Amino acid sequence: MDYLIQPLEYAFMQNALAVAVITATVCGMLSAWLVLMGWSLMGEAVAHSVLPGVVLAFILGIPFGVGALVFGLLAVALIGGLGQTTALKRDTAIGVVFTSLFALGLVLISTVTTSTHLQHILFGNVLGTSRADLYQVAALAALTATVLLIKRRDFTLVAFDRTYALSIGLPVGALTWTLLVLLALTTVTALQTLGVILVVAALVIPGATGFLLARSFGPMLGLSAGVGAVAAVVGVYTSYYWDISTGGAIVLAASSQFLLAYLFSPRRGLLARGVRRLKRRRA
Amino acid sequence: MTHEHAEADTPDPTATPPAQLLEVTAGYPGVTALEGVTLGLHPGRITALLGANGSGKSTLFSTLLGLVTPRSGTVEIFGRSPHRARRDNLVSFVPQHEAIDMTFPVSVEQVVTMGRYPHMGLTRRPRAADRKAVEDALAATGLDTYRRRGIGELSGGQRKRAFTARALAQDAPLMLLDEPFAGVDRTSERLLTDVLHRLRETGTSILVSTHHLDGVKDLADDVVLLHRRVLASGSPDEVLTEHNMARAFGAVIAEAG
Repeated sequence: MDYLIQPLEYAFMQNALAVAVITATVCGMLSAWLVLMGWSLMGEAVAHSVLPGVVLAFILGIPFGVGALVFGLLAVALIGGLGQTTALKRDTAIGVVFTSLFALGLVLISTVTTSTHLQHILFGNVLGTSRADLYQVAALAALTATVLLIKRRDFTLVAFDRTYALSIGLPVGALTWTLLVLLALTTVTALQTLGVILVVAALVIPGATGFLLARSFGPMLGLSAGVGAVAAVVGVYTSYYWDISTGGAIVLAASSQFLLAYLFSPRRGLLARGVRRLKRRRA
Repeated sequence: MTHEHAEADTPDPTATPPAQLLEVTAGYPGVTALEGVTLGLHPGRITALLGANGSGKSTLFSTLLGLVTPRSGTVEIFGRSPHRARRDNLVSFVPQHEAIDMTFPVSVEQVVTMGRYPHMGLTRRPRAADRKAVEDALAATGLDTYRRRGIGELSGGQRKRAFTARALAQDAPLMLLDEPFAGVDRTSERLLTDVLHRLRETGTSILVSTHHLDGVKDLADDVVLLHRRVLASGSPDEVLTEHNMARAFGAVIAEAG
C-alpha cells in the first residue's frame, strides 16, 4: 500500500496521476465509437494534424484547445474534400493530409521554440503538469464525457446503421461532426499526457480491447474506459519506480491489456476459439 | 397495435394518401434512376413495388424518405415533405442491408429498441411503453427467444425479421420495406407476410419492394410495376400479366444483352 501512496506525497505526481487517468478514461470512451465507426485512421489523422494548431495557439497566446480544434477539423474537411474531388481512396487522402499538416507543425515549432518544447508536444510531459493544466484538461474531459454519455445511443445507432438513423430523422451529419469535434478536443487533453504521437494509442487500443471482450455496446463502453484508466494508473506508477517514459509506459500498459483480451477473451479470444475448434472436432 | 404518436397533429390516415409522387425524376450523378414517376398509395393497404434489379426501387424509397432530393417533381408523405414526415415519425423503414456490420456488438433486443428512438427523450432512455412495444414487436416476428443473440449470430431470414421488428416498434402509419424477402427462407417469408397482413389490419399503409413474383398475389392489395417509369399499377390481376412482366423484366435482359 505504501508503494502506491508514497509517490503521491509529491504534488507533481498527484497532478500527473490525475491528468493521466482523466485523459485515458475519456480517450477510452471515445475509442469505443472510433473502433466501431472504422475511424481508427481518422483518429490518427486528427491527432497528428492538431500539431500546427497547437503551435500557432502558442505563438498567438490563445488556448491550445482552440488551435487544435481548428486544425483537427481542417484535417477532416481536407480529407473529405480530397475524397470528393479526386478518385483517391480514403486512406490515401488521410495519409497525404495528416503528414502534411504534421510537417507544417514541425516546421512551425522549429521557428519558435526550443527542442525541449518539441519533445514535450511530441511525447507529452505528464510529470510537468501544473494545477492550471489539470483544470483545463478536467474541464474539457468533463464536457466530452457528458456529451458522449447523453447522446451515446444516438452515436451508436449512427455507427451501426446510418441509413436507418437517417430514416427516423436523426441529425446524422450533426452527430458525426460532434464526434469529430470531440475527437479534436480529446486529442488536446491527451497532448499533456501522451503527446501528439502516442495519442492514437489511447484512441484505438482501449476500444479494440473492449470490442474483443464485450457482447453489447454498453459493456464495451465501460470496458474501454476502464482499460484506459487502468493503463494510466499502471503506466504512471511503473514510470515512477522504473524511471521510464510515462507516455510509453501508459501505452504499453494498454497494449498488455489488449494482448490479454486477445488471448483470453471468453468469446473472441484465441484460447476460447481454439477450445471450441477442438470440441467441434471431437463431436 | 394502436398509433399513439407524440405529435398532436397526427394525420388522418384515410384523408390523405400515405405517399404521393408527382412526375418525380431522380437519381445520382450520371444516373437517372426514376423518370417522371407518378404514384399514389392507398391508405391501409399493402402495395407491392415490383421491378427488376436496377429498376429504381431503392431510389424510390430514398426519395420517399427524403434522402434523395428529386431533380423535378414533388414527393409528399401524408401531405407533408419527406423531411417533416421523418421528424414526425410518420414513416418507418426496413432497409435492404447487405452491408451491415455483422460484428457490431448489439443484441436483437437492442436493435429493435432503436425503433423507439423517435418516441424517446434526449438520452433515449426506454420507458414502460417503449419496452412493451419492443416486446410486442419481438413476439410478432417470432424473435422472443433470440432477443439476447448478437445481430451477427442470426440467419438471413431472422435478421430481416429483426429489422422488421424494429420498424414495427416504431409504430408509424406508413411502413416501407426494401426487398424484405431477398435471401430469406420459406419460414421467415411466411412469417413476414403474416406480420404485414396483421399490420394492415391496424390501418397501417405498407409499401414493399420485391423482385420475387411468387407470393405477390398472396401478399399485396395493389401492385406497382416499376422500370425507371411506372409501367403499370392496379390490382395484382390487372398488373401481373405476361405482357407486363415481359416489359418489366424482359427490358432489363434486352438492355443487358
